[in-house]
Amino acid sequence: MGWLAPMVMSATTFAGSSQFAAASLLDTGGAVAAAISAAVLLNVRYAPISLTVAPDMGGSLLRRIVLSQLIVDESWAVSQDRGRVDGKKLIGAGCVLFVCWNAGTAVGVLVGDVLGDPETYGLDAAFPALFLALLVPQLRDRKALAAALLGAAIALVLVPFSAAGVPIVAASAACLVGLRR
Amino acid sequence: MRDVWTVVAVVGGATIVLKATGPVLVGGREIPPRLVRVVELLAPALLAALVVVQVAGGDRELVLDTRAVGLAAAAVALLLRAPILVVVAVAAVATALVRLVT
Repeated sequence: MGWLAPMVMSATTFAGSSQFAAASLLDTGGAVAAAISAAVLLNVRYAPISLTVAPDMGGSLLRRIVLSQLIVDESWAVSQDRGRVDGKKLIGAGCVLFVCWNAGTAVGVLVGDVLGDPETYGLDAAFPALFLALLVPQLRDRKALAAALLGAAIALVLVPFSAAGVPIVAASAACLVGLRR
Repeated sequence: MRDVWTVVAVVGGATIVLKATGPVLVGGREIPPRLVRVVELLAPALLAALVVVQVAGGDRELVLDTRAVGLAAAAVALLLRAPILVVVAVAAVATALVRLVT
């Protein structure tokens, strides 16, 4: 991808999984359309996620657009507060992540070859562990537990049959258990 | 190189729009209580899905590999009420160690 494109992508897309998907598809000679659709599909979850943030993110249209760009899985997950999202926490965490992510991209572009495969350090196992640690305090009642189990089940069933990103988006349907009394 | 920039521009533009959806449409206003009950369950549903996809997701297949060892170690750390950064570090170290010896 050269050196400038990954840095521009980290600043504009700012969502790890879709950037990895786009980069690896381009790297293995995939079509442009395939790289775009995989990467965009992986980010469709941000539409429902951004809805949960919306009540705590007001102000002018420009302010809302700019601040909403700080929404990533990690900043959203750590700012959960009793069934709501704490907007201030999300903005704080998002800023820290944005700076680290872009600095990390710059380091990777410069010396990535020296570090070798990040899987050697078990970094790919760090992310599910982080999400598990953030999930546990969410399981406050039976409905939350039901939504989690259903979401996990939907995602597991769909992984073998759908493009990356689809299982996560489909799992969001599990929140409809909230309609039951 | 033109292909790369097309991907960067389209994916970047689409992601900015997706992330702005909620705040632009209903930013700063309360959403109806019925919708709140649904929306507040998005966190457990999506987090659980992220856990299973990131630990067992492969290229259109489910894979059981060393990532599962890391997640199991993380679960033990959580049961012992370890702080979140310790939980994450335990998962990475456990996975790295297993990869080192296998």
